[in-house]
Amino acid sequence: MTFTAPVLSYALLSPMLILLGGALIGVLVEAFVSKALRPAVQLTLTLGSILLSFMQLWRIRGEQSLTAAMGSVVFDGPAALLQGSILIIAFISVFLIADTENFTALAAALPGSDEERHALQSGNQVTEVYPLTLFAVSGMLLFPVANDLITLFVALEMLSLPLYLMAGLSRRRRLASQESALKYFLLGAFSSAFFLFGAAYLYGFSSSISFSGIREAIVGGGGNDVLLLIGIAFLSIGLLFKVGAVPFHAWSPDVYQGAPTPVTAFMAAATKVAAFGAMLRIYYTVFANAQWSWTPVLSGIAIVTMLLGSLVAIAQRDVKRMLAYSSIAHAGFLLSGVIALNKAGLDATIFYLLAYGIATVGAFAVVTLVRDSSGEVTDLNRWRGLGKRSPFAATTFALFLLAFAGIPMTSGFIGKFSIFSAAYESGAKGVVIAGVLSSAIAAFFYIRVIVLMFFTDATEDGTSVEIPSILTRATVIIAAVITVALGVYPAPLLNFITDLAIFIR
Amino acid sequence: MDASNYLYVSALLFTIGAVGVVVRRNAIVVFMCIELMLNAANLSFVTFSRINGDLDGQVMAFFTMVVAACEVVVGLAIIVTIYRSRRSASVDDASLLKR
Repeated sequence: MTFTAPVLSYALLSPMLILLGGALIGVLVEAFVSKALRPAVQLTLTLGSILLSFMQLWRIRGEQSLTAAMGSVVFDGPAALLQGSILIIAFISVFLIADTENFTALAAALPGSDEERHALQSGNQVTEVYPLTLFAVSGMLLFPVANDLITLFVALEMLSLPLYLMAGLSRRRRLASQESALKYFLLGAFSSAFFLFGAAYLYGFSSSISFSGIREAIVGGGGNDVLLLIGIAFLSIGLLFKVGAVPFHAWSPDVYQGAPTPVTAFMAAATKVAAFGAMLRIYYTVFANAQWSWTPVLSGIAIVTMLLGSLVAIAQRDVKRMLAYSSIAHAGFLLSGVIALNKAGLDATIFYLLAYGIATVGAFAVVTLVRDSSGEVTDLNRWRGLGKRSPFAATTFALFLLAFAGIPMTSGFIGKFSIFSAAYESGAKGVVIAGVLSSAIAAFFYIRVIVLMFFTDATEDGTSVEIPSILTRATVIIAAVITVALGVYPAPLLNFITDLAIFIR
Repeated sequence: MDASNYLYVSALLFTIGAVGVVVRRNAIVVFMCIELMLNAANLSFVTFSRINGDLDGQVMAFFTMVVAACEVVVGLAIIVTIYRSRRSASVDDASLLKR
């Protein structure tokens, strides 16, 4: 028997391999580098790997229509764009993660124990968070380029498992943080079981685990439609959970609130890009010919998600929970781009993902700045008069909120406009009406926060705004500049996306 | 014996697991129910592999086992930290975040 070595095409896999290599070196750094040097070494290593990975991605962006690793991975225009977006978001999120104030000194210590106090005093830091971030990012890069069910499932777990752990590392309110990790983990594992069960039935339907094989089986017809429908339904549950669509959204407010804010920023932005990237590939290429079966259901989910996210956000008194419900509403807006199932919808969704992701990281970066003696202040009432105390924080936060609301001159407007026009073009009028309606509802509570910050008097309750560290300031400024730039002059990026975003099947 | 019987068993196991996740209160038991669901999916994969006459499904089952093992590591780590700080592994006690 002869053994044929698989052709891997390392060049196309290199953005992921660089990150995985960086993560493994990071694990070694934990073991061999002295405690004092570790934070600086880890930060340099992490940023370096992300940068190198991005440069490599830029070099291979033109190499389209290629599959790597024997067809398990497909690298095309949308893949390059989504991977680029994830890397940019990860890069500015790492700046936030580098702010040591947010992470516990010793994750294994009991909250409030002597052990923990000792670790705090000796200046211990959980530098493990950097390799965990890199592992998560490499999983996120793999998720939208996966081209068979095995790779898709492994990538899903690769991006989720580090995030479960990172959610439990908060320095303040340790119990709430651990609780959010538990909730995220149990619900995440629950949904991946559904995902896997769906994958099994798709395999049963098509007798193939590759996307092209499943697609051919759907196009060819003649298979057992019951298997196909169970497969689509269960696989969709897994994906919809990851993006936080109603009715699979229950985890997101709790996890967003409990997790350390830098982790929330990273998770909220990058996971969404990765999960919607995979959804785009699956619905646009694999399930496209079974459109009759999933479009109505997904439209319903999109409408409910948008409306419920916007309505419940009004009642929130906590900034992080409010942003969580706003992210649920945004998941609904993005779903309307998936339903559109046309080229315009694909372009618009990719643009929206980048714009929304960057604004999200920026908004959470501002949240890390507002503090009192016991840590971050997330109670909205105590944000009153922030504009007078810190014009920088209040102005940038207002900018990000306006971008979420989709006000012209911000990236959010271009994103919403293009995504709704694509959905309208495809005939999904109900979704567009619900989308515009919930945008209006959402604008109400965003504006309310802005009024609270600028036009109400501050109460003296010890809330202060931290002078941002250079890295946090850099995150906020970069995010703000990109948000405005994409709103004022989006044409170059839109054209770039339009030229590049073509799925190979 | 007709191979599709295994599919019924698998669906039954999956349902038992899903119901268990919803009704049981102990985090460890919830987690065991999730593992049961993953193994139900594995049984489906292997059965379909047999019905379809190719090996892809069995390869997938191996990958699932590896991933499930990783999940156990992460999951037990999280459950143990919760248990150490609360002296309880009940998912109902963890309710700080419900406002």
